[in-house]
Amino acid sequence: MTSTLRRLVIMPAWNEESVVGSTITELLRVVTDADLLVVDDGSTDGTASAARDAGAHVMVLPFNLGVGGALRAGFVYAWEHGYDQAIQVDADGQHDPTQVEAVLAGLEHADISIGARFAGAGDYRVRGPRAWAMKLLSSVFTRAAGVQLTDVTSGFRAANRRTILQYTRHYPAEYLGDTVDSLLTAIRAGLTVVQVPVAMRPRQGGEPSHAPWKAAVYLLRSAFALLIALTRERTPARELPTRRAAA
Amino acid sequence: MTSQLVFGAVAVVVAFVLFRLLRAGRIREKYAALWILIGVGIIALAAWPGLMVELSHLFGVAVPSNLLFFAAILLLLGVALHLSLEASKLEDEVRTLAEQVALIRTDLDDARATATAASDDGTDPDRTRG
Repeated sequence: MTSTLRRLVIMPAWNEESVVGSTITELLRVVTDADLLVVDDGSTDGTASAARDAGAHVMVLPFNLGVGGALRAGFVYAWEHGYDQAIQVDADGQHDPTQVEAVLAGLEHADISIGARFAGAGDYRVRGPRAWAMKLLSSVFTRAAGVQLTDVTSGFRAANRRTILQYTRHYPAEYLGDTVDSLLTAIRAGLTVVQVPVAMRPRQGGEPSHAPWKAAVYLLRSAFALLIALTRERTPARELPTRRAAA
Repeated sequence: MTSQLVFGAVAVVVAFVLFRLLRAGRIREKYAALWILIGVGIIALAAWPGLMVELSHLFGVAVPSNLLFFAAILLLLGVALHLSLEASKLEDEVRTLAEQVALIRTDLDDARATATAASDDGTDPDRTRG
C-alpha cells in the first residue's frame, strides 16, 4: 500500500549496540514509505553511531530517561515535524519489520493500533503470575476500550496524529507507564484502539525473565499501574488544529 | 531547667544556621519557611514549659512528651512528603528539558548537514525527512 501520509518509525534504543544495526538494516529494506527515527536513550555504548552507520536518523537523549521517556521524545518529534502516523518498533529485533505495514493499516479503523502476540499469530506463551497479570490487564482494557484486547503490554504500536498529540501530553516514564498507563489514559480520553495479530520473534539480545518472583512483582506492579491510571481524572483528547485538513 | 536550656540552645542554633543558609542563597525560602516555623515552635516550648502540659490536656493526651513526639513525627512526615513532591516535579521538568535539548540538537544537526550538503553541492548527507 502506498500512501501520501507521512509516517515515522520510532525506535527507542538503550545500549543496543550489538543488535540495533541489523534491526535498522532489515527495517530500512522492508519499510520504504516511512522515515526512521532512532531515539538513543542515553546509551553508554556505541548505539548512536551504530544506528547512524546503518543509515538511521538518530535523536540522542542527554541521559537515560527510560522507555517511556524515549518514546515521548519520539512522539514530540513526530508531532513537531508534522507526521501523520507514528509506529514504535523495538531495537532488539523482536518486532518483525514485515508486519509494520499491517500494524499501521490498523489506523484506518482506529486511533491506536496494537500489534498483539496472543491474537492468533505466532506461538508466544506464558504461564503463572505473568499470565495472570496479562489476563488482568487484558480484561480491564477490553472493558475500557470496548474491543477485545489481548496484549496491551506489546510495544509494537502505531498512533495517528491525534494520538501522537495525546502522547506528547501524557506518556509517563514510570515502569509500565509506556504501555499500560499511556494506553489506558488515551482510551479514557476517547481515542479508539484496534488490535492486529502479529507474530513476534525472540529477542536477538538477552532472554526475557521467567523467574516466578519477578513475574509476581510484575503482577503487582501492573495492578498498581492500572489502579493509578483507572482512578485518574479523564481529560478528553484535544482536537487537532484544522490546518491539517489541507494535507 | 537544664532541659529547657538545651532545647532553647538547639532551637537558637537551628534558627541561626537556617538564617545564614537563607542569606547565602543556599536554601530556597519555601523550604526554609517550614524549618523556621519548627524552630520558633521549639523555642516557644522551651521558653514556656507549661505550654506542652496545657496542650496535652487540651488534646486528651496523658503524657505531654507523647504529644510532642506525635507532632514531631507528623511534621517530619510532612517535610519528607514535600521533598518527594518537589523531587518529582524537578524530575518531570528535567525530563522535558532533556527532550527539548535532544529535539533541538537533532534539528540543528540536520540543518547543518543540509547546509554542508548545499555548499558541497551534491552528496546526500543523511536520511532526510519528508
